[in-house]
Amino acid sequence: MGYNWHWGIYFDKIKGGEETYLSWLITGFGWTVAISLCSWIIALVLGGLIGTVRTTPRRWAVRLGDAWVELFRNIPLLVQFFLWFFVVPELLPEKLSLWVKQEMPAKEFITATVCLGLFTSARIAEQVRAGILSLPRGQRLAGLAMGFTLPQTYRYVLLPMACRIILPPLTSEFMNVFKNSSVAFAIGVLELTFQARQMQEDSEQGIETYLAVTVLYFICAFVANRMMVWIENRTRVPGYITAAK
Amino acid sequence: MGPFDYTVLVPSLPFLWTGLQFSVHLTLIAMSGGIVLGTLLALARLSGPKPLSTASAMYVDLMRSIPLVMVILWFFLVIPLIIGKPVGAEYSAIITFTAFEAAYYSEIMRAGIQSVSKGQAMAGYALGMTYGQNMRLVVLPQAFRNMLPVLLTQTIILFQDTSLVYAIGAKDLLKAADIAGKNYNRPVEMYLFSAVIYFVICFSLSALVKRLQKRYAVLR
Repeated sequence: MGYNWHWGIYFDKIKGGEETYLSWLITGFGWTVAISLCSWIIALVLGGLIGTVRTTPRRWAVRLGDAWVELFRNIPLLVQFFLWFFVVPELLPEKLSLWVKQEMPAKEFITATVCLGLFTSARIAEQVRAGILSLPRGQRLAGLAMGFTLPQTYRYVLLPMACRIILPPLTSEFMNVFKNSSVAFAIGVLELTFQARQMQEDSEQGIETYLAVTVLYFICAFVANRMMVWIENRTRVPGYITAAK
Repeated sequence: MGPFDYTVLVPSLPFLWTGLQFSVHLTLIAMSGGIVLGTLLALARLSGPKPLSTASAMYVDLMRSIPLVMVILWFFLVIPLIIGKPVGAEYSAIITFTAFEAAYYSEIMRAGIQSVSKGQAMAGYALGMTYGQNMRLVVLPQAFRNMLPVLLTQTIILFQDTSLVYAIGAKDLLKAADIAGKNYNRPVEMYLFSAVIYFVICFSLSALVKRLQKRYAVLR
């Protein structure tokens, strides 16, 4: 066990630089939160849309939604990151491709956000679909019998119920986004995991480094969880049993 | 970079094959080890003495709230410190995935054990079975059967997650594609090809699980 403990490492200066290791960690934390929140918004909008479409009577739309979900669920997230970063720019028209490769600002951040957003959207779509299908058939029929059009039935009858029912699984999905954002290190986003590897190599104080990063991930998961539980409690459908936490 | 050139795929196939073999081995070992360990964790949590039950719950919650990449990095750092000599990325990956997946399998097995109706266990005790016999002969077989689709789905997720050993440089399918792509200067084709392989494997497995689910549902 030849390990030299050095708990003051966070306030030491990095090798050949003026910053402290703490500033690396803070930068990493910032990027992790930024990627997670931005891709969460993309995922909610797209996932809600696709999940809803998959319960409509439009056959072709359902197929398209199914294909979307299967595509994003059956390829490892890390491979998806590589596809978005290395492959997609090659498939674009020549001028756009060059711009993306050479001039696009915050290229890593945008790629990571889009990738994680679409990946998560497939999982949310699955939950939204399950939520809508869990409603009794009578609700849809009642809506239509009242003279609502199909979009109105969704807008006023099905979605308000379904959204509240799927909040618990959405909570764990929201926590997953933070965990999954760690994979973005592979394309060079300066998020927490990237900083952890960098700081470990630079300072050779692996345990202290990983401990700090792990605690920061914990904080993300904890805050995400509390936020969702708070929303859950305020929007609970009276009479429905939801797991008390 | 010019247009796509898929001829580079042929000479790199043997190399990718060794990578895929490692991914599959890692998945199978982590699955078997993870299910055994996970079942023990679930039993400890449900019917162990208080300290053991708390420890098991803490282990499972800890593993489930840290990103897998960080767990991989942790083990790669800590294992050599504990045993006092460096281990290869491959061995480190096997230990990590077994320990990590045990937490997820344990939650599945816990739900499975709880899904077996109480009367079954009581009937076992009434017949004079010990706790061990009761679990082995009555409760666990039913729990396994109920949870088989979920266990298999988790294994598909595990197979996808094995690509994350990239973080410590173990040579799995993705890493092999990465290296081949650099050697032939054709990363685009290689990444696409590895994505196709992952997709075909995971898609057919999940289709299989769906069929199994229909056939093996316990009649109630």
